[in-house]
Formats: sequence, structure tokens, C-alpha cells
Amino acid sequence: MNRKQKLLLTRIVAAAVFFVPLYLISEGLLPVYAPPAVLFALFLIPYLLAGYDVLRKAFLGIRNRRVFDENFLMTVATAGAIVLGEYAEGAAVMVLYQVGELFQSYAVGRSRRNITALMDIRPDYANLEADGTLTRTEPDEIPVGSTIVVQPGEKVPLDGVVVEGYSSLNASALTGESALRDIGPGDEILSGCVNMNGVLKVRTTKEFDESTASKILDLVENAVARKAKSETFIARFARWYTPCVCYAALALAIVPPLFLTLTGSGSAWATWIFRACAFLVISCPCALVISIPLSFFAGIGGASHRGILVKGANYLETLAAVRVVAFDKTGTMTKGSFNVTGVHYPSMDEGALLEYAAHAECASSHPISRSLRAAYGKTPDRNRVTEIRERGGEGVTATVDGVEVAVGNEKLMERLGVDFRPCHHPGTILHMGVGGEYAGHIVVSDELKEHAAGAVSALRRAGVEKIVMLTGDAEAVAARTASELGIADYRAGLLPAEKVDCAEELLKACKPGEKFAFVGDGINDAPVLSRADVGIAMGALGSDAAIEAADVVLMDDDPLKIATAIRIARKCLRIVRENIVFSLSVKAACLLLVAVGAGNMWLAIAADVGVMVLAVLNAMRCLMVEKL
Amino acid sequence: MKKTYKIDVDCANCANLMEEAAKRTGGVKDCTVSFMTLKMKVEFEDGADAAEVMPRVRDNCRKVEADCEIYL
Repeated sequence: MNRKQKLLLTRIVAAAVFFVPLYLISEGLLPVYAPPAVLFALFLIPYLLAGYDVLRKAFLGIRNRRVFDENFLMTVATAGAIVLGEYAEGAAVMVLYQVGELFQSYAVGRSRRNITALMDIRPDYANLEADGTLTRTEPDEIPVGSTIVVQPGEKVPLDGVVVEGYSSLNASALTGESALRDIGPGDEILSGCVNMNGVLKVRTTKEFDESTASKILDLVENAVARKAKSETFIARFARWYTPCVCYAALALAIVPPLFLTLTGSGSAWATWIFRACAFLVISCPCALVISIPLSFFAGIGGASHRGILVKGANYLETLAAVRVVAFDKTGTMTKGSFNVTGVHYPSMDEGALLEYAAHAECASSHPISRSLRAAYGKTPDRNRVTEIRERGGEGVTATVDGVEVAVGNEKLMERLGVDFRPCHHPGTILHMGVGGEYAGHIVVSDELKEHAAGAVSALRRAGVEKIVMLTGDAEAVAARTASELGIADYRAGLLPAEKVDCAEELLKACKPGEKFAFVGDGINDAPVLSRADVGIAMGALGSDAAIEAADVVLMDDDPLKIATAIRIARKCLRIVRENIVFSLSVKAACLLLVAVGAGNMWLAIAADVGVMVLAVLNAMRCLMVEKL
Repeated sequence: MKKTYKIDVDCANCANLMEEAAKRTGGVKDCTVSFMTLKMKVEFEDGADAAEVMPRVRDNCRKVEADCEIYL
């Protein structure tokens, strides 16, 4: 609790201490008699103790020609009750109103701290090394190219490159995954990670403001400034609601008693004015105004804890309405790296064939050559290889252990006069000629990510009706990947500009109220990312371009998080709707009860404070996203 | 030009009112107040001097919510 809240609490307790015996006396439960004038004077003590600042603000509001704020309403309602001789109710309502205010302020403060604690990646200091000594320095004072030392247990303060030391890093604050990553000299290191065991010496490559941690914090903090439609709706609603209820109260105070007096059925001014006062108590829209932004804030905070950065409350709203998802293949659903996925018709042992292939390709740095070496599993011995010849566009020939080896496509085989067997598998086919004889072929293709198929079915379970894969790859490769993923709809052989056309087409096909999301790795998808209703970038940790272009950023590259993001957004929006419907219906019911005389001021204040408390508690459920 | 200021305000509706009041202030092009992060983001009109505009923004905000604070 801060100073303001403590003061309010003290005032409430003091007011309650005065109030309780007075109430008992006024109800005749204590054998003490007090004349009404004395009771009135005594009840003013708890009333003013609890509510002097409300009265002051109401007065200031009127002076600034701003009536109809909650202070004004509470002042009129309670003062009205007291004037009508209901001292106890007037004072009690003021005390309870302040209890509600205190709870609201405390709950909001708590959740503000909770949520910011989830996003606690701001480094407090950096150990700057200069002339062999370490000094604790503010991270934003460290220029690019400085050397800093990160001790075990410390947060990495700035982005950089490791110069010295080995350690493992925990990037869970950034990605939401607690897998450790090993790091050593020459590796890039991102701020916001926690150094687990070794001492690292790091040369910084970015200033503090440009570092990953600051960028992410910035993004999440600014996210709240992009307000969701329901937020602006509530703000506008609140501007109309309060004056309307006030006029209704005024009408309630005047019209029925006037009518009764005129028709000669006896005047009941006091009853109706009292009902109007109770009416005013319910008119405060706080429950709505506080719980809606709180829900969105908690949703954004919870999502960022799972490594999903949502750039605005409005995107959370869009994400919840996503029914069509298109995604890029390479880097999004596949690992974006090549692997040997098959060896067909080998004329010798598979391992031996791979050994020949790896040796023949030992001088090349092409991803495919690397995949051959990875499949071979050992470092090729270059001394065994002679006469390496790159045949541009065809492959490589070389002499390995004195045997002529040719690795390449069909053209190479044809030219060398080797009788090969064509392959219908998707991917890159490497035919092998060993000693002038056909020795089989090796299939190299991009691998699906571990959770890729699971991600597609998770999307379906999350209610996404249409899933489309857009790729620049050839038809055969795309068809194979699509069937492995379990999707029927794919577009292959697309140039980047054609991807945008496809996105336009999918956007047009969306029914009203349905939204279209595009998932890409952010590297060459930027135009599509910005064209979609919501652009989701994957594996964006450390990629500024992706963070810039997308509306939702998945920090790690797990495609399962797409469905998670949608589910978090759905939950958040569901809670927002619950709160809107719940607060409005309870208020409407209470207004009705009070208007017909079935409720009193106690009901009114209980409804007002109670609804607010429940709405705030409900809003905090948005933080609970661990199981989504 | 955009600038962000730390603010202090007690109720969410008051934050909305502050946003309205700030938007109506001369020299302010747009403004968003976030009650959750207690921050006010002000976009100034071209040629407006933030140091001159902000005290007026604060005065206008005080008119709608007496207890608010903008840390300039």
C-alpha cells in the first residue's frame, strides 16, 4: 500500500469506529437516548472523516463546470439521505464507497505490479570493464563496443558478442520457454537473458535503448496505448451513462410525487427523493471503466509471459476473431535448414554412400553440402579427396580414396553416361555415381518443425476454419509438406508479390466479423504481415525487422504458440464480455429495484462496490494463461 | 513529435477524462492516457513547444480531475 492508500484506510477505520456505536444508538439497540439533532451532529463525524475529499472534489467539479462525476453523485446521494433524516445510511454509504475506492486502488496497484513483474527483464546495472577493473554502471551509459562482464545469476544488460567464457543462458523471460542454451566465445548474446553458471565477458554491439530487452519492454508498455474497440466503447458509454442516470434520478425525484400530489393520492416526496438518491449511488460506471482496460493489460502481460508479444489491446481483439490463418512454409512450419531425409537404391551400405557424398562435397559451404556432412556425422578427411571439380548447376565430381565419385542432378548423370533411376520424392535429389556406376540417390529436404502438425490441429481446435499454406517452393515440395501437416489448401511457387495477392484474396473471402491472420518468419514476409488483419511473426527473438513489421510477435519459433495466442486472446475477450454483461445487468436490475421501491441505499452501495470488486477479480483471470 | 509522461491518477474514468482534456488543449495533436501503466503519451502539433504546451495540458487535466499529476 502506498501513502495515499494507508491514509484512506486509516480514515475508513476511524470512521467505522465512530459509525458502529452511533448506528446501534440510532437503531435503539443501545440503552442510550440521543435527540435527532445530536445524532445528526454525531453522524457528521464519520461522514466527513470518510468523505471530506469526495465533497471537496465535488465542489471543485462544480466550480470547473464538470458536474456528473462520481464525486458529485456520491455527494448529492449521501447529502440527500442525510437531509431526509437517514443519517445512518448517508454516512454508511460514504464509508462503503470509500472502501470500494480503496479496494480498487489496491487491486489495480497489485495487478500493475504483478503484470510488470512478469515482464521483469529490465536490467538494473552492467559491470563495465575498463583498465582491468569492474564498475557497476547504468546500462544506458555504456557505449557500443565496451566490454562488460556478466556474472552467474545476473541478467545480460546489453546485446553483444561473447568474447570470453562459457555458460548456459536462460531466455525464459524472453521466450516463455525455460530451456537453457549453451553459449561460448563468438556467440551473440541478447539482453534480458539470465546467465546461469559461467562468467561471461561480452563486447556490446548495441546501446541500451536499441537492445532487445528495452525494445521488448517498450513494445509491451506501448501496447496498452493502442486501445481496443471495447475500451473506447466503454469510455464513450461512461460519458453518456452517468448524465442519463442523473436525469433519470431527477425525474424519479420529481415526476411520481408530483403526479401523486396532483391526483390527490397524498404526497410522498421524501420516499421518492430517497429512491432517487439510491439511484445516483448506482450510477457510477467504475466497475466497467476499471475492469476492461485491466483485463486487456492482464491479457497482454500474461501473453508476454508465454513469449507472445501482442503490440496492442486492439490486436488482442482481432486475434480473438481470427477464423482464417495463412502461413509461410520455410522457417515457420519447417526448420529452414536442410537434412538428408532418404537414401534410395544404394548399391552399397548407406553409411558408405554418405561417406563418399560428404567427402566429395567437403569443399562446399552450400547448405546441401552441409546437410550431407551432418548426415555423415564425422568431419570428412580432406586428405582422402583429390581432383574436386564443381560442375556449375549440376553438382560435383571428385576422387575419393582413388575412386571417382559424382554427386549431382540428373543432368550430371546424363553427361557422365551413368544410368540413373529417377526419384518422385519431393526435395532436392542427389544422384550418386561411384566408379562410373550408379550408386543410388540421396534425398535432401527441409524438415518440419517438431510441433508443426500439432500446431495445425491445435489451430483447428481453437476454431480456425480455414488454414492455408503459402510458399515459394515447388509444387511437389509444397504438396508433401501440406499433406504432412494435414492441410488441404496450399499455394505453391509464389513470388513475394504474389503472396500479397493471395493475402488480399483471403481477406476478401473472410465473412464480416471474421479476421485473417498471417504467420511468417518476418524476414521476407513484411508486406504480407502488414496486409493481414493481424500479422504474426515467428522466432523473432533478436530480429528487429520482424518485431517492427508484425502485430503479434512469437519470441521463440514454436508454431504451437499461434493457437496459444489465439486462445489467450479469446479468453481475454470472453472475460471482457463477461464483465460488460455482468456489470450492466446487475446495475440495470438494481436501478429497477430501487425505482420501484424494492431496494434501498444499502442495496445500491452493495451493488456498486460488489460489482466492481467482482469485475476486477474476474479481470485478473486474464493473467492465468499457463495452461492455454 | 511524441513524448511520454509519467502521470498519477486514482481512477480509470479520471484517466479517460484526462485524455479528453489533453486532446482539447491547443498544440496537442493526439493523446493517449494509459491508466494501467500510468503513462500519458502526447503527440504535439508541428511547431508546438512541449515545454510550453504541457503546463496547459496539466491545468486542463486538473480541471477534470483535481488530484491528478503529470510529471513534466
